[in-house]
Amino acid sequence: MADNREITQICLLAGKIILQNGGETYRVEDTMDRIAAAYGIENSHSFVTPTGIIFAIDGSSQLTRLIRISERSTNLEKVSLVNDISRRIGSGSLPADEALTLLQELDETRREYSAIVKTAAAAAASGGFLIMYDGSWGDFFPVLVTGGLGFWLYLVLGRFVTVKFFAEFISALLIGTLAALLVRQGIGSDLDKIVIGSVMPLVPGLAITTAVRDLMAGHLVSGLSKGAEAFLTAFAIGAGIAAVLSFY
Amino acid sequence: MMLLEQLAMSFTASAAFGILFNSPRDRLLQCGITGMAGWLVYVYAMRLTLDAIPATLLAAIAVTALSQLFSKLYRTPIIVFSVSGIIPLVPGGVAYDAMRNAVQDNYELAVELAVKAFMLSGAIAIGLFFSEVLNRMIRSFGNKP
Repeated sequence: MADNREITQICLLAGKIILQNGGETYRVEDTMDRIAAAYGIENSHSFVTPTGIIFAIDGSSQLTRLIRISERSTNLEKVSLVNDISRRIGSGSLPADEALTLLQELDETRREYSAIVKTAAAAAASGGFLIMYDGSWGDFFPVLVTGGLGFWLYLVLGRFVTVKFFAEFISALLIGTLAALLVRQGIGSDLDKIVIGSVMPLVPGLAITTAVRDLMAGHLVSGLSKGAEAFLTAFAIGAGIAAVLSFY
Repeated sequence: MMLLEQLAMSFTASAAFGILFNSPRDRLLQCGITGMAGWLVYVYAMRLTLDAIPATLLAAIAVTALSQLFSKLYRTPIIVFSVSGIIPLVPGGVAYDAMRNAVQDNYELAVELAVKAFMLSGAIAIGLFFSEVLNRMIRSFGNKP
């Protein structure tokens, strides 16, 4: 039987991976409580916000630990894999030391699509949105270029600049400028449709969805702060485009 | 023909968003299908001369219901599917028009459009909410023999 210290470590690591990779707050609490219960701890308490986790175990040997979450990104595959591990723990088929090793491995691997694949996906999404918003096929090539380059810049900036919302602002600025140039050169025709299509990959879709789901589960602090994050990201994109439009 | 084009493009956009969110490789197909189904509902509701807000609401409900189904079938967290599916419904175009008018000093129109974008986002939220509530009700009824 594993001791409380090890169980706490497993719970916190699982929670940390979910929270850092874009999972909902209630999923973090749920997973930690489930894991603790599966290893025979009845009274566990957790308090989770987007920036930190507090986890406590009651009983004869009390234990409270805090973990700070400073970096956050989006990797739903990792969230999904932690979910699988937690299911296996719940069914009783995974001993504690093995679970800890699995989680540590998962925490260290990168498991991401490469920047090239992501850029291509962003370009394809931009093209899709152009047609969905009744744009003409003549603008398809320009939107591929602006959408792809804009998202690529967002990825690069996100790696080097740690200031939040800055990458979105600069990328939107680049998208607006490129679109305006392409339209002026006669390569693209409808500036509005090109810009709308190209900025869509930057839209904070995950923040919107998780904010609503957290509010529904009663996590008011997390829901509101994620809502604020979504709003500020949208505002940064809007400001970038507005800056270009006011000159154009 | 127009409809086919819309379906293909919404599938592509949603699956591509799956890649941007690092969704598992073998779930990208379902991400695309969820987005496509939501957009199909939206386009049809708009054709039946519904307003954009109820159309978005219906589409969001459809997306969440389908996401719940996929999440049960594949034992994957629901956000993997619902995030990609919701993206086509995000009122990017309306928000853009609002901002464009604000920059051109048409404040009245800008505020009008901004409120519309806000209402559309609200419709998405309510759709996510409503479908979840329905699901829980069905499940709790199912548990009582």
